[in-house]
Amino acid sequence: MTGSIIVVASFLYLAFLFAVAYVGDKRADAGRSLIANPTIYALSLAVYCTTWTYYGSVGRAASSGLGFVPIFLGPTLVVALWWFVMLKMVRIGKTHRITSIADFIASRYGKSQLLGGLVTVIAVLGVIPYIALQLKAVSTSFSILTHYPAIVMPAKSETVPWLADTTLYIALMMAAFTILFGTRHLDATERHEGMVAAVAFESLVKLVIFLVVGLFVTFSLFDGPEDIFSRVAEDPALRHLTGMEAGGNSFGNWFALTLLSMLAVMFLPRQFQVAVVENVNENHLRRAIWLFPLYLLLINIFVLPIALGGLIHFAGQGVDADTFVLTLPMASGHGWLALLVFIGGLSAATGMIIVETIALSTMVCNDLVMPLLLRYRWLALQGREDLSGLLLGIRRFAIVLILLLGYLYFRLAGEAHALVSIGLISFAAVAQFAPAMIGGMYWRGATRPGALAGLSGGFAVWLYTLLLPSFAKSGWLPIEFLQVGIPGTEWLRPQELFGLKGLDPIAHSLFWSLLVNIGAYICVSLIRRPNAREAGQATLFVDVFKQSRPAGDAFWRGSARIGDLLPLIGRFIGPERARGAFADYARSRGVAGVDALPADAGLVHFAETTLAGAIGSASARVMVASVVQEEPLGLDEVMNILDEASQVRAYSKRLELKSRELETATSELRSANERLKELDRLKDDFMSSVTHELRTPLTSIRAFSEMLLDDPRIDLTERKRFLGIIVSETERLTRLVNQVLDMAKIESGHADWHNGEVSLIEVVEQAVASTSQLFKDKEVALTMDLPESVPILLADRDRLVQVVLNLLSNAVKFVARGEGRVAIHLCDTGEGLRVDVADNGPGLTEQEQIVVFEKFRQGGNTMTDKPQGTGLGLPISRQIVEHYGGRLWVESVAGAGACFSFLLPCGKSTEGSEEAG
Amino acid sequence: MIKATLTGQRLVAVFLLGCVLVNYPVLSVFDPAGTWGGIPVLYLYVFGVWAAVIALMAWIIEC
Repeated sequence: MTGSIIVVASFLYLAFLFAVAYVGDKRADAGRSLIANPTIYALSLAVYCTTWTYYGSVGRAASSGLGFVPIFLGPTLVVALWWFVMLKMVRIGKTHRITSIADFIASRYGKSQLLGGLVTVIAVLGVIPYIALQLKAVSTSFSILTHYPAIVMPAKSETVPWLADTTLYIALMMAAFTILFGTRHLDATERHEGMVAAVAFESLVKLVIFLVVGLFVTFSLFDGPEDIFSRVAEDPALRHLTGMEAGGNSFGNWFALTLLSMLAVMFLPRQFQVAVVENVNENHLRRAIWLFPLYLLLINIFVLPIALGGLIHFAGQGVDADTFVLTLPMASGHGWLALLVFIGGLSAATGMIIVETIALSTMVCNDLVMPLLLRYRWLALQGREDLSGLLLGIRRFAIVLILLLGYLYFRLAGEAHALVSIGLISFAAVAQFAPAMIGGMYWRGATRPGALAGLSGGFAVWLYTLLLPSFAKSGWLPIEFLQVGIPGTEWLRPQELFGLKGLDPIAHSLFWSLLVNIGAYICVSLIRRPNAREAGQATLFVDVFKQSRPAGDAFWRGSARIGDLLPLIGRFIGPERARGAFADYARSRGVAGVDALPADAGLVHFAETTLAGAIGSASARVMVASVVQEEPLGLDEVMNILDEASQVRAYSKRLELKSRELETATSELRSANERLKELDRLKDDFMSSVTHELRTPLTSIRAFSEMLLDDPRIDLTERKRFLGIIVSETERLTRLVNQVLDMAKIESGHADWHNGEVSLIEVVEQAVASTSQLFKDKEVALTMDLPESVPILLADRDRLVQVVLNLLSNAVKFVARGEGRVAIHLCDTGEGLRVDVADNGPGLTEQEQIVVFEKFRQGGNTMTDKPQGTGLGLPISRQIVEHYGGRLWVESVAGAGACFSFLLPCGKSTEGSEEAG
Repeated sequence: MIKATLTGQRLVAVFLLGCVLVNYPVLSVFDPAGTWGGIPVLYLYVFGVWAAVIALMAWIIEC
């Protein structure tokens, strides 16, 4: 196959790719985005699969069996965490118009230009081997295909003069193509919809072609996978490839590669570009979480059959396993299939190179060149009206430079390594971003010096343990470097640092560099508190999902003029575009036009964010600061702003608490109200009971008086009897009134208590003496059981007598005439002095045991029996006993007598009396 | 929002499960050579776990 056919086919394909990108851009401008769906997003993420995957996985599988798998297993696993981590990155990226990974880190640590520059240097140096890998793959496949139908491995590039090297021209062609794709115009958001569409398309192309080759090898060259694996099992030279230990594999290396690829898939500049910067909608992330790993699985499913099939087919012919994908179709005479394979490889390479160099050129322009220009050629920039042309020029120059550096690495070191080994060097470099990125999103205390120390430490270790040895292996540095490192320091051997052996170079470098990186990042961050700007940015990043976080403009104070800001933005993104952006902003603020915008913190923040989309946050900060007057905020003020945010949270918490308290207070009030109503009702009941009780004796007094008045002929005995009744009813009336007054006094706390030393024995004896006539009249036996002495109480003697009297008279009232027996018993229990009055009367039901203590309620059936008392005796007695801290209760079984008891505590009666006095 | 957090937590669980299944020591169980249906057991296991993890994630997110 002649070179011209291949070149024409390649250009046709690239032209088609360009057409896709062109349509994508046009549709984006028309507002009908081509890439606004999750499947396209997932396909664009598949830019992860480069020629490394396309050619290199087979090469690695041929030497180490499953050794290629961790590179894809890591991403498969880590995307599960994207639900939290990547979503946060995307949200931060959108909020702050982040344009690159350097911008992200610089912005997080106080918009530091130094940090942005460092990240850019690491990214460029780290990714250059990766670009070299793509160039190597394309040039190798091109060279092999030109010899079709013969299979000839390409000669070493060193033997070819530089200007005759096809790889150089491939690099330049790629540069031209990337410039066409990525830097036709300057976008304020740094998004390239056309490029994403093209990348998604090329992802589809490489997948389909690789699957076609896989099917061809497995089912056309061989009779299915069983055929290949059974032949491998028979071949003693290949059998070891089916185990874990093939080709120097070990579980340690396996783990290291899995971890490495987990970090790489998030922090490679091109992955950051497609996943964060080019993300159209956060929701696309959902489907990508399983679609992207599915892509990885599909593109790897035929790697082992192709690798093993190639080893069987080309046994002993010296064909490089990295080329099996291409050489197997060639060897079986399928020239067109081989051409297709080449196109697929070209597709994988262009996709990677376009996205990677665009991402890197943005970084170089925004975080390396612009800060330098701003610092040293500020006056020169001042004179120019429109700087967007300058920005584009810087980016185009950066693209060419990066590809030439890639070519340089390819010439210097690329020949000595397999594809995968080159790529892993780049992976280890970008893994250095992980601590500063992840720490920056979740740890408020991280500071700029910490990030600087971590990144530079990790990068230095990477340089020493991985990049320089790769030069040494290819003979560009003396090979002794590998054995001794810097002369005289054997313990600093680059690939056995501090004598650490047993890991392969990648795992070794990863361990040491991440150890140094994370260690320095944490330790240096902990030296001092974050300053004002770091603290402000930390909050904006860490709390990006919180509703009550302070807005970006909360951290700015000063004065500005719209007449300064608008031209400034216009110089970088073009006057019309700038005016359009400001007009949109004015509408969103509800202001009539651009000129009516208040030049406040919000506007300055908007201008800075817009500018950050074009030249990076650190440079934008410097530019905006140059045209506005601002007062720097101190750490205390920033802390106050942060506090305000937390104050709002605390305030809402207090509100919740208050409302809960109000609820409980309301329910308390409600129950208090219920109680009051009940008391009111009781009062009414009491009043009606009292009047009822007063009316009964009054009625009889009146009746007898009238009889005496009306009938003068009543004889003397009758008269005497009537007058006796009137006197006794009057006494009852007096007693009742006294008791009601008494009751009211006790209840309201106004009763007079004449406290003195009282012996309960005397009290009981006095009460018994007073009621002895009652017992005699009714022929009831009264037995007394008193101890010889009891402790003296301090109480009102008459009141206590009243209590005992009441109990005795109650007892005698209810026992049967002649048979009744009442026993009074006094004893000193541990709790206090207890008096029991037991009778053998009818007793009380459980219901009655409760009601007898209520006012005007009497034992027995009040409907049928004549009431024998006022119904206030027991309530008053209970009040008296309770006044002295004691209690009065009844124990009874209906039909078997009742026992009323009260207990007075010995000590407490004294206290009670003092209170009362 | 609560549902989204739950989905995220399930995905983290899948991540942890996957990490355990394709690393030492679980992986070493399948290391001794042998074939199942003509295909080496180790290959089948690794690709099987890989596919299962993807299926789990798809199920968690789409259902």
